[in-house]
Amino acid sequence: MKKSLICVACPLGCPIEIEMENGEVISVTGNTCKRGDAYARTEITNPMRSLTTSVKVEGGVHPVVPVKSSAPIPKGKMFECMGVINQTSVKAPVKIGDVVIENILGLGVDIVATNCDSGK
Amino acid sequence: MFDYDLVVVGGGPAGMAAALKAREEGVEKIVILERAETLGGILEQCIHTGFGLHYFGEELSGPEYAGRFIEQVEATDIDVYTDTMVLNISEDNVVTAVNNSEGLMQFKAIAVVLAMGCRERPRGALSIAGSRPAGIMTAGTAQKYVNIDGYMPGKKVVILGSGDIGLIMARRMTLEGAEVKVVCELMSYSGGLQRNIVQCLDDFGIPLRLSCTVVKTHGKDRLEGVTIANVDERLQPIPGTEEYIECDTLLLSVGLIPENELSKDVGVELDRVTNGPVVDEYRETLQPGIFACGNVLQVHDLVDYVTEESQIAGKGAADYIFGKKKGGTYINTKGVDGVRYIVPQRVNIEGKENLKLYFRVGQVFKGAKVVVECDGNILSSRKKVKLAPGEMENVTITPEMLENMTKDSEIIVRIEQ
Ligand SMILES: Cc1cc2nc3c(=O)[nH]c(=O)nc-3n(C[C@H](O)[C@H](O)[C@H](O)COP(=O)(O)OP(=O)(O)OC[C@H]3O[C@@H](n4cnc5c(N)ncnc54)[C@H](O)[C@@H]3O)c2cc1C
Ligand code: SF4
Repeated sequence: MKKSLICVACPLGCPIEIEMENGEVISVTGNTCKRGDAYARTEITNPMRSLTTSVKVEGGVHPVVPVKSSAPIPKGKMFECMGVINQTSVKAPVKIGDVVIENILGLGVDIVATNCDSGK
Repeated sequence: MFDYDLVVVGGGPAGMAAALKAREEGVEKIVILERAETLGGILEQCIHTGFGLHYFGEELSGPEYAGRFIEQVEATDIDVYTDTMVLNISEDNVVTAVNNSEGLMQFKAIAVVLAMGCRERPRGALSIAGSRPAGIMTAGTAQKYVNIDGYMPGKKVVILGSGDIGLIMARRMTLEGAEVKVVCELMSYSGGLQRNIVQCLDDFGIPLRLSCTVVKTHGKDRLEGVTIANVDERLQPIPGTEEYIECDTLLLSVGLIPENELSKDVGVELDRVTNGPVVDEYRETLQPGIFACGNVLQVHDLVDYVTEESQIAGKGAADYIFGKKKGGTYINTKGVDGVRYIVPQRVNIEGKENLKLYFRVGQVFKGAKVVVECDGNILSSRKKVKLAPGEMENVTITPEMLENMTKDSEIIVRIEQ
């Protein structure tokens, strides 16, 4: 089975073809460099994404504070993580790097604050 | 009247980097005037990651990137006035500003750095038929609502324009539960990064319609829907291709314009293409002692380059303040054959350091050469795998190249297929 995708590891955007058999990558073609090969393999077998969103803050200058996943999470888990994050709130003051949710969904990734809110 | 060596207008990444550099160069009395309640500029609302890869070698979110500079500013004795709006700059460099606690204030400066950033093209700049119901806003405004005010401006969304801010907002609204129905792009290509098309649209099955625009909005008090249509090569809607799409929100992501009201008032000459000031290699405008950097000078796609450019301006301002920046013979730079503009527009041929000319192309080129020439001599020629309007490019000019130039020379950058 052939699958095609566009490499996004750099702005060049090479069109890549991946040949698959029984869920295994047989060959990767079309990439200009090694990074494209690596990108295509993870993207086809286990795509990962960084998640950035915001979380409610009680007593803050602003009603929400931005957060990110400390490492990329599986692409298919994004909405499930959003569900957990939207149920969460933190209390001001918040600092950059504060862990808001530890080990979200058992993925081994934390949700951390990316801005500060000194509180009202 | 307050006396300062350097007054910086705008406390975004550009203003902060310029102020910090000037301080590093030994300038003593520096003040940053910022209209918003905090330093950081537009980065405060850009909560996605992708900032700082060039400058810090790691991928940060907008507030994290800004946070590093805010910390540095706070560690110095650079004065900062937030919630303070600059109203006017006079020809003898007196900056007039206003805020709630102190009222009208005047700052006398030896040098001024303009770092007011840019704003988004509003709806008025487009011609879409229909009434003016609520629910139509720029993508940046929606970004502020969602990311700072924690408020979702709508549930069913159409986005016009596939610039990066529009793409980022398509994902952001989707993650928060909205349905983004389509992103329409007038041109036959997207100006956004491929990475954003994949990760903000494809990941969520949001269609990108190229050569397509919004021709009409529907609804009286609140937007109820839009009519979209395909366009021909002359970008005119093709009759018969109209399609109605139900939505309560239309986000516009149709370009950024440098914020140059203040610059115009003080008589700074603007470039017709960039809409920013005409500057030399130290980012000094034609108005002595007034420098410009960041998005007020040219719209940047990477904040890392904003920082780099602003440090150059900060150094230039310091040299000016210490009387080291005088005289010289200035010649013009010019982009032709696919090169839309060049910053800086003027270069001192007596310069003793390497300098970079930044430029943008007007269309996509593959495997073309970037050629720099002067008085018929080729100074450099480099093949590029890809050149695209969305990405700022640069070429380096060395002092050796400048040696043989005269006051009538002109440095030309062109694309050779
Ligand atoms: C909506 C939007 C989204 C963006 N998203 C991205 C992105 O995702 N990634 C990216 O790399 N780049 C993005 N950019 C580009 C981004 O603007 C630059 O990367 C960077 O922030 C530019 O820095 P700056 O300091 O020149 O401008 P800004 O960050 O805009 O800072 C200018 C500052 O000047 C202040 N100011 C303006 N006028 C006055 C006045 N009269 N008196 C006092 N203060 C004043 C403003 O309040 C503001 O704080 C975005 C731009 C916009 C408009
Ligand atoms: S394959 Fe290499 S050159 Fe091509 S887009 Fe990917 S990273 Fe860039």
